[in-house]
Amino acid sequence: MAHPNLKNSSVIEHIRGRGIPLPENDVDTDRIIPARYLKFITFEGLGAYAFYDERFDEQGKPKPHPFNDPKYSGASILVAGTNFGCGSSREHAPQALYRAGIRAIVAPSFAEIFAGNSTAIGMPTVMVNPHHLEALITLVTQNPSTEIQIDLKNKTISTSSGWSCPLEMNEGYRKAFLEGSWDTTAVLLSNIDSIRKKAAELPPLT
Amino acid sequence: MTLLDKVWELHKVATLPNGQDQLFIALHLVHEVTSPQAFQMIEERGLPVLFPERTFATSDHIVPTDSKARPFADPLAEEMMAALERNVKKHGIKAFFPGSGHQGIVHVIGPELGLTRPGITIACGDSHTSSHGAFGALGFGVGTTQIRDILATGTMALSKPKVRRIEVTGKLPRGVYAKDIIMTIIARLGVNGGLGYAYEYAGSAIEALEMEERLTICNMSIEGGARVGYVEPDAKTIQYLRGRPFAPRNIDEVAPYWLSFRSDPNTPYDDRVVIDGNTLEPMVSWGINPGQAIPVSGRIPSPGELPPAERDTAEKAYKHMKFSPGEPIEGKRIDVAFIGSCTNGRITDLREAARIVRNRKKAPHVRAYVVPGSEQVDAQARKEGLDTIFREAGFEWRSPGCSMCLAMNPDRLQGEEICASSSNRNFIGRQGSPRGRTLLMSPAMVAAAAISGEVVDIRKWEI
Repeated sequence: MAHPNLKNSSVIEHIRGRGIPLPENDVDTDRIIPARYLKFITFEGLGAYAFYDERFDEQGKPKPHPFNDPKYSGASILVAGTNFGCGSSREHAPQALYRAGIRAIVAPSFAEIFAGNSTAIGMPTVMVNPHHLEALITLVTQNPSTEIQIDLKNKTISTSSGWSCPLEMNEGYRKAFLEGSWDTTAVLLSNIDSIRKKAAELPPLT
Repeated sequence: MTLLDKVWELHKVATLPNGQDQLFIALHLVHEVTSPQAFQMIEERGLPVLFPERTFATSDHIVPTDSKARPFADPLAEEMMAALERNVKKHGIKAFFPGSGHQGIVHVIGPELGLTRPGITIACGDSHTSSHGAFGALGFGVGTTQIRDILATGTMALSKPKVRRIEVTGKLPRGVYAKDIIMTIIARLGVNGGLGYAYEYAGSAIEALEMEERLTICNMSIEGGARVGYVEPDAKTIQYLRGRPFAPRNIDEVAPYWLSFRSDPNTPYDDRVVIDGNTLEPMVSWGINPGQAIPVSGRIPSPGELPPAERDTAEKAYKHMKFSPGEPIEGKRIDVAFIGSCTNGRITDLREAARIVRNRKKAPHVRAYVVPGSEQVDAQARKEGLDTIFREAGFEWRSPGCSMCLAMNPDRLQGEEICASSSNRNFIGRQGSPRGRTLLMSPAMVAAAAISGEVVDIRKWEI
C-alpha cells in the first residue's frame, strides 16, 4: 500500500521534441550551473542560469551558445557528448536544464549521480553509441526543426526525417519511467515494515 | 564476496519492482546547500524525518571564512544557514554549527567525530561522500530528491556498481603523496573510467597510508567517474576511531566486527588495475578536468599524444588555461595558493604544508590561504602552532569551510588568476571566476608553489 499522502509519478514512455546540440565530452556540473547560483533555497528560476558562464560574459552580454541560439529556442531534447554531468552531485544541474525546457538528454554516457538526479525529477538520460550521436548531432545542427522521438518502451530514437537508432539506458531507470515510479518516495515507503526491521537489526550509530 | 558485496547485502531492504535495490542508509550527513529543497519536499508531503538519530548536519559550503558573525554579509548565504537551522530544529537533527567546536566540511567532521566507521552505508548531498570509503564504508553522493527519500524513508534506490580493484604496489618516493596517487589514477583511467564502478584501493602503497591520506584517495574517486571508492579497514582504522566523540566506547569489542568487512581473498573482480607506486611523481593538473594532469617533470601534451576522444577537451583547455602543448608545467607562475577542502584540509595536510613553509616567506605577488577543514582541525593546528608558521610566511589563516574549492562564499579567484590548489576540481569557473584557472596538486606542492611564486618540484627541496 502506498502512503496516502503520496501519489505515484506519471508514466513516461515517449519524449518528443526538437533537439539542441552540445557536442562536447565531459561537460561538468560547474559548467551546467556555476556554484554561485546554488545559493537559493528553492529550485525555482534556475532555468535562467543554465550554462550561465558560457552563455554570458562577465558584463552579462550574450555569447554564442546553443542555449542562446534562436534556432534551438523551444528545443527539449539535449544531445551531448560522453560523461555528461560529471562533477558534483548538485541536483541544481538537472533542475536548471529541466527548468530551461529540457525533457530528456541523449549522450554516449552520463555521470552516475547526474543520471540518478535526472531520473528522480522525471528527465530521462538515454545513451547512444558515439557514431549514432554524431549522426544525430549532424541532423539537428543541419535542420533544427527536426522532431526527435525517444521511445523508452521500444528503446529507439527516431526523427521526423526518417533516421532511427537503438538506445541504451539503465534498466532500472527505464522501468521506473514505464511504470511511473521514478518519484521513488512512495515506492520506498511501501516497504516501511522492512525498513524498520532493517534499522533495528543494524548496529546503532550513537 | 567483495567488501562492497558485504556492505550492500547487509543494508539491502528489498529489490524494487524496477530491479534496483533499496538500500538502508546508516548515516545521513546534511549540509546547507543541497538540503533546503529536500526538507521542503517532505514537508509538502506531510512526511517526518524517519531516522533523525541517523541524521547529522553541519554548514560548510556557504560559510564565510573571515568572520562567522551573524547575520552573514551575503543575504543568500544567511538565508541558507537560517533554513538549515530551522530544519534541524524542527526535525530533531543533531547539528554542528560554527562555534560548536565541531563545525567543518562534512567529509572532515564525519570521520573526526567517529560517525564514519567500517561496514556502513553513508549518504550526503555532496559528490565527495566517496571520501568516507577510507574507513571501509560505502559513501554515496546524492542529489536533493534522493536526500528527500533518505530523510523520509531512511533508504534510497540504487543500482549495484561493479568493482574495480586498483592495486598500488611498492612504496611512494619522497615528495609523493596520496593526492599524487589518486591524480595518477584519474589521469591514467580517465575522468569517465570509473563510470559504473566502485573503486577498491589496495596494495602496499595504500596500506602504508594513514587514514587521512586514504580519505584523500577515496575523496577523488568521483573525479575518476566512480561514485564509490573504498579501502579495507585495518588496525589504523580502529586506532583512528578510538576515543572519537561518537565512536563506540567498547571499541576493542567492536573491532573484530569492523575488520570483518574485507574482500574475500580470492573473490573475483569486474576489473583489476595495478599501478607501480615506486614510479609515481608529484602530479599537477594543466587543464580543465582532473584527468588533465601530468607529473611535475612533464610537458603539457599535444593533441596528437592524446586519445582522439580527449582532443576537443584538450583544445578547450589550452584556450582557457592559456597554455600551449609542449610547455613544461614546472615554472608556471601562480597568483593564488589555496590549502584546504575536503580533499586536503585535514591536520596531517596542514602539518606537511607547514613543514615546507616554516622559516620561509610566500612570494610577494601570491595571495595564499590556509582554510582548515573543521573547527577541530583549526584548534589542533593552533595548538601545534601551525597557524603561526603560516602567518609568519605571509599566508592568511582562515576559519573552516569549503571556501575556495567551489567559491560559494566570498573566497574566490579574480579575473584569470592562476591558483595552485589542494582541492579536487579544476573545472572552468570552479573557483569563482569564469576566467579563473586552477592547478590541482598536493598541499605540500601548493605550499612550495606559494613560496616560489610558481609551480615547483617539491622533490628538489631540502625540507
